[in-house]
Amino acid sequence: MDGVEAQIAEWRAYVAKAPAVNGRDVDELDAHLRDQIAELDAAGLTADEAFLVAVKRMGDLDSLSREFAREHSGRLWKQLVLSDEDEPARPSSRWFEALVFALAAAAAIQVARLAAHFPAEEPEWLLRNISLFVLPFLAGYFARRRQLDTRRWVLAATPFVLVALVVNLYPYRADSATELLVALYLPVVLWFAVAYPYMGGMTRSHERRMDFVRFTGEWVIYYALIALGGGVLLGLTALIFEPIGTDLDERVIEWILPSGAAGAVIVAAWLVESKQHVVENMAPVLTMLFTPLFAVMLSVAAATYAVSGVAGAFDRELLGVFDALLVVVLGLVLYAMSARAPFLPAGLMDRVQLLAVASALILDVMVLGAMVARIGDLGLTPNRAAALGLNLVLLVNLAAAAWLSMRFLTGRIAFHRLERWQTSYLPIFALWAATVVAVLPPLFAFG
Amino acid sequence: MNINKDLVAASATPLVLAILAQGESYGYAILKRVRELSGGELEWTDGMLYPLLHRLLRLGYVTTEWRTPPEGRRRRYYVITDDGRAALAEQQRQWVTVTRALGDVWRGSGWLPTALGEA
Repeated sequence: MDGVEAQIAEWRAYVAKAPAVNGRDVDELDAHLRDQIAELDAAGLTADEAFLVAVKRMGDLDSLSREFAREHSGRLWKQLVLSDEDEPARPSSRWFEALVFALAAAAAIQVARLAAHFPAEEPEWLLRNISLFVLPFLAGYFARRRQLDTRRWVLAATPFVLVALVVNLYPYRADSATELLVALYLPVVLWFAVAYPYMGGMTRSHERRMDFVRFTGEWVIYYALIALGGGVLLGLTALIFEPIGTDLDERVIEWILPSGAAGAVIVAAWLVESKQHVVENMAPVLTMLFTPLFAVMLSVAAATYAVSGVAGAFDRELLGVFDALLVVVLGLVLYAMSARAPFLPAGLMDRVQLLAVASALILDVMVLGAMVARIGDLGLTPNRAAALGLNLVLLVNLAAAAWLSMRFLTGRIAFHRLERWQTSYLPIFALWAATVVAVLPPLFAFG
Repeated sequence: MNINKDLVAASATPLVLAILAQGESYGYAILKRVRELSGGELEWTDGMLYPLLHRLLRLGYVTTEWRTPPEGRRRRYYVITDDGRAALAEQQRQWVTVTRALGDVWRGSGWLPTALGEA
């Protein structure tokens, strides 16, 4: 049997190379292969024959690893692109493609800057449109990478065109609050528009939606890293040019900063797509690190406010602060979820996370009550309407998430249900952001 | 007789759930049972069973455990859950409806005897 053992070992090594097949899966397939060989052996085949037949029955490894990839896209969401199945990977042209789109975005933002005479002048249209100069290139990059057909290209482009029309045809008044809101919410709307080409048009698939959540989390990390490096570079540049000319350093920064920030959007996406092995290991570590810290911070804050009472502490900004807090908590929940192996039993981390979510909810309900009273007294402004709406959207999401994770912790539902809830809820966020951009301005007479 | 690929794929989930509903099992044994039940007509590529089992795992239809029986090698056993039984019941309803409709229309057109004769 020594010969067969060697053959099995070789086969194991070969199977293990498939990116979506992990060690446990190989063990399982190995046990299967040995069962099959033993049975064929008993039926009178020689060891070699038995091995060959068993391997053949297992199926060819390409389609096998593809099936595994389909089920465990979380393990290889980087190369996920299922449309790539039939063509060999071309890593060399990949970075080139990304570079072209990054340069295009960098150039577009420069053209916009020059047309607006920024920073000498600061016209509102530049602020409003800024994400429209960058994110279409990201969408184009994914549309190309996922090899969308013409119909899907059109569908991917539609939201960008519609949004561009809405944002630029609305007659905002001078110093309009809704205009600022549009500038704030437009990137969110467009980010969801990028989701369509990212998912290759399969927006109904919950697995693809989770992939997009994961992508967003990793993208934020990569972008922050690039921004950090870029900040150091720019700081040093400014220091070095300072002695030479009076405003040379400012000039350099004017040119480099916007283009760099725009290009980095695509470069970060490319890094997520192709080099994620590093970050993949960071995601669980980061959630492990920050979930408990946030849980402590939130529960202490909830307890303090519950004792001291909320009403006195409020100013007009506070609802915005709490929106930011809920967004961070939700981000943490989603991020932890996307990094979690779905069939692990409930663990300590899930409990800590529930504590964080529950504390955030208690805090938020207190704040919300006080704010609603305040709005009743002082009336609804565009900012308050947007903050209140976002708050409600987040509140519903987190309340249901807390409820579901309680049921999960008591073993009544599978983790999958939590995931489903979050992926089903994603369009609501997109819808709310779109409402702020498209409906709120006319509602408040563009004030 | 070569059973159509789509049909094989569609029947895979209810078959596996139904087999697990009769008691816990592991991959190789499930495949053997499928062959027995279909008289060898339903041929699966062995490896494809595992991504399917992992999907059921993710959906919470089954749970799993590695175990080494007294005689025999270490294997990964799958056990159906209540959610899995509910899914199976739903699948059963759908399949019964489909087969009943097909049976009715075939009896009506007098095809059934021939079809049965061949089988």
